Amino acid sequence: MYPEYMKPSLEKVAQTRAKRFELAKSGKPVFPPMSAEEREEVLQKYHPDYKPDARRKVRVGPNKGELLTAEVADLLESHSRIDPKKFDLSNPDYETDILIIGGGGGGCAAAIEAMRNGAKSIISTKLRLGDANSMMSQGGMQAADMPQDSPTRHYLDAMGGGHFDNKPELVRALTEDGPEIVKWLEDLGVVWDKMPDGTMQVLHGGGTSRKRMHSCRDYTGAIIMRTLMDEVRNHPDMIEVLEFMPTVELLLDDKGQCAGGILYNMETEEYFTVKAKATIIATGGFGRLHIRGFDTTNHYGATGDGLIIAYRAGANLLYMDSVQYHPTGAVYPEQIAGFLITEKIRGAGGQPINKDGELFVFPREPRDVEAAAIIRECLGRKNGITTQSGRVGIWLDSPLIEMLQGEGYIKKQFPAMFRQFNRYGIDITKEPMLIFPTLHYQNGGIEINEKAETSIPGLYVAGEASGGVHGRNRLMGNSVLDYNVFGRRAGRNAADYVKKAKLGSLTLEHVLKYEKELKEAGVKTNRIAPVLLPLYTPEAVRKRQLTAHYEGTLR
Amino acid sequence: MKQDMGQRESSPQNQDKTTRKSSEPATEFVTVYIMGKAHKVPAGSTIMGAIEYAGYQIKRGAGCREGFCGACATVYRLPGDFKIHTGLACTTLVQEGMWLAQLPAIPAKKAIYDLEKLQPTVETFQLLYPEIFRCVACATCTKACPQDLEVMDYIQAAKRGDIEMVMDLSFDCLCCGLCAIRCPAEIVQFNVGLLAKRLYGRYLNKKSQHLEERIKEIKAHKYDSEYEKLMKMSREELKKLYYERDME
Repeated sequence: MYPEYMKPSLEKVAQTRAKRFELAKSGKPVFPPMSAEEREEVLQKYHPDYKPDARRKVRVGPNKGELLTAEVADLLESHSRIDPKKFDLSNPDYETDILIIGGGGGGCAAAIEAMRNGAKSIISTKLRLGDANSMMSQGGMQAADMPQDSPTRHYLDAMGGGHFDNKPELVRALTEDGPEIVKWLEDLGVVWDKMPDGTMQVLHGGGTSRKRMHSCRDYTGAIIMRTLMDEVRNHPDMIEVLEFMPTVELLLDDKGQCAGGILYNMETEEYFTVKAKATIIATGGFGRLHIRGFDTTNHYGATGDGLIIAYRAGANLLYMDSVQYHPTGAVYPEQIAGFLITEKIRGAGGQPINKDGELFVFPREPRDVEAAAIIRECLGRKNGITTQSGRVGIWLDSPLIEMLQGEGYIKKQFPAMFRQFNRYGIDITKEPMLIFPTLHYQNGGIEINEKAETSIPGLYVAGEASGGVHGRNRLMGNSVLDYNVFGRRAGRNAADYVKKAKLGSLTLEHVLKYEKELKEAGVKTNRIAPVLLPLYTPEAVRKRQLTAHYEGTLR
Repeated sequence: MKQDMGQRESSPQNQDKTTRKSSEPATEFVTVYIMGKAHKVPAGSTIMGAIEYAGYQIKRGAGCREGFCGACATVYRLPGDFKIHTGLACTTLVQEGMWLAQLPAIPAKKAIYDLEKLQPTVETFQLLYPEIFRCVACATCTKACPQDLEVMDYIQAAKRGDIEMVMDLSFDCLCCGLCAIRCPAEIVQFNVGLLAKRLYGRYLNKKSQHLEERIKEIKAHKYDSEYEKLMKMSREELKKLYYERDME
């Protein structure tokens, strides 16, 4: 329930609703979309990436001298968890065709496709299989399969959303594979939302010029992820899953090819070597690094582990100076602060409304622009609503959806969102949600080409860990598509590659070299990476933890 | 060793000179018993927040932290109440005197199958999950479900081979396993639901003609020349095209 003092503002939202409904129903834009200049201005002034201290130069590695998000530079300027000298690499604990690092959507798609092309794999995952951002995607997946749409139109939307920084061949792969992915997933048993005649139910997302958002109610990610996991588990002879065993360094061979990794059993605290002819990184993003102190929509393990291990092995990073803040994260109640409120809400007609009941931005600008406009409304124009705990937000008018789409639509199409707020006595069919941007996505990542290859032979990357597909700003629904497209491409190409790959002797020399480079660059730090798990232990408790030696958050 | 990675710092709004309660000391506390040990934790915390506040570094028992992944199944009792309660640690709030334990993993049968060789009929359930016919309709599963799903009803529907109903009723299932762990008939409800959804998606959901046609067009290279044209365009040309595009 909202506190009494918010009631006058809620009444204003209700008062303007009828008029906003008429306009929305007329089919005209409900608010003028921004021009290129207006977008640039609001981003410069209000997007967190543009704050002067948001970026700093990284002092080591392939991107040395480049301005990166400060927390990313910190991650890269960290020590390894291991002492390479302690490892005997002549007798690996596991041998396989492909080591897949990460058990989310990208990793599972890669494993399935690799298997179908005859390659065995091991999935090394830090938490359980499927504990990934893939599981949490609510709104949907873009794909240009409707008659009034085309893959090239999808291409143009994605390029514009990414400020034209996207790598064209990656965007072509993404958009051209889209319809095929919809079919591939359906054949695996994903239940897409459809009209009774079989036509896909599609909606708009921010920055889309055609409705192409495919969904499974608002459990899209959960349905897809569980389908992929289930398929992985149907093939224990081809795919071995090692849970709670993250990969903490890559292995190379004496010819510079990727040759597997060092795995850490987080429960028994043992290390294991996996020798593999090819390796796929599908570790997802970095939301749990809490860039600029933001709350995040990301799952517990999203600590950018793939970035640092690939970087130490010599892989180049792309666009690690940009961070995606989702325009609509929950602000109230406090217990769900930072939680994702799907963009599908705006796709279905929900509108961002200020304290006076006014719509102040076109509801479906690309995410960075929409987020910056909401921050401007709250902090620049002071038109936000302040909670008892001091957070500021604006309203996301969901009752309008019921008027536009018909009664019962929210419960049917947004069961997760309805449930989330209903727990706290807020009925989103009758009252709006209070929102503010929240840390959501790693726009950049490890540079790949359209075959999901990196500059290191035998190393592939898929999904959020990769960079270039989305330029400097991803559009809604393109990440679900991304991990499927590039997960499959990585799996297929790695399976081809292993047929002729020949490994030399294994080495961790690159880790020693990297340590040396840190020293030479004068980096003095006790940071350890991969981070593995975020630290939420209160300071008072940490002070009493005296007997153990901690490496990061772990003993 | 001082740790400076991964620590949550001040909120972004703090940096803009507003305050935030969660960075201030809590004023109201409740006592909870985490696996039997008493801890004072802030009132209004989620169970997950309370476990972390008490000093535990969670390894098993946390995933998405937003109610989608089912990693944090928790059982608890309350003072003066004989019942075993169930919930997700990420979305359930603590109460005074709550005695709780998380389930680190759920032992559960999962049938191995080839979806292409299955039929969307009751025989598939008879073959892969015959134990559903042991269901005594006690509704313990339904009572245990943190999503308030009609779990027993979908098991009954599976027994009748009503795959659409199983799909619909189990759609929001998080596979947290609390139903399976409470079931006196030892049924693994969530895997039955998952099988039904895959059968429905593969065999029963109406096919989309426009999808098949688009895939054919792409395979016939219909869009190649347009892609090549777009990929060769300068940033300025592309920008012009983008801002002039029409909207549906």
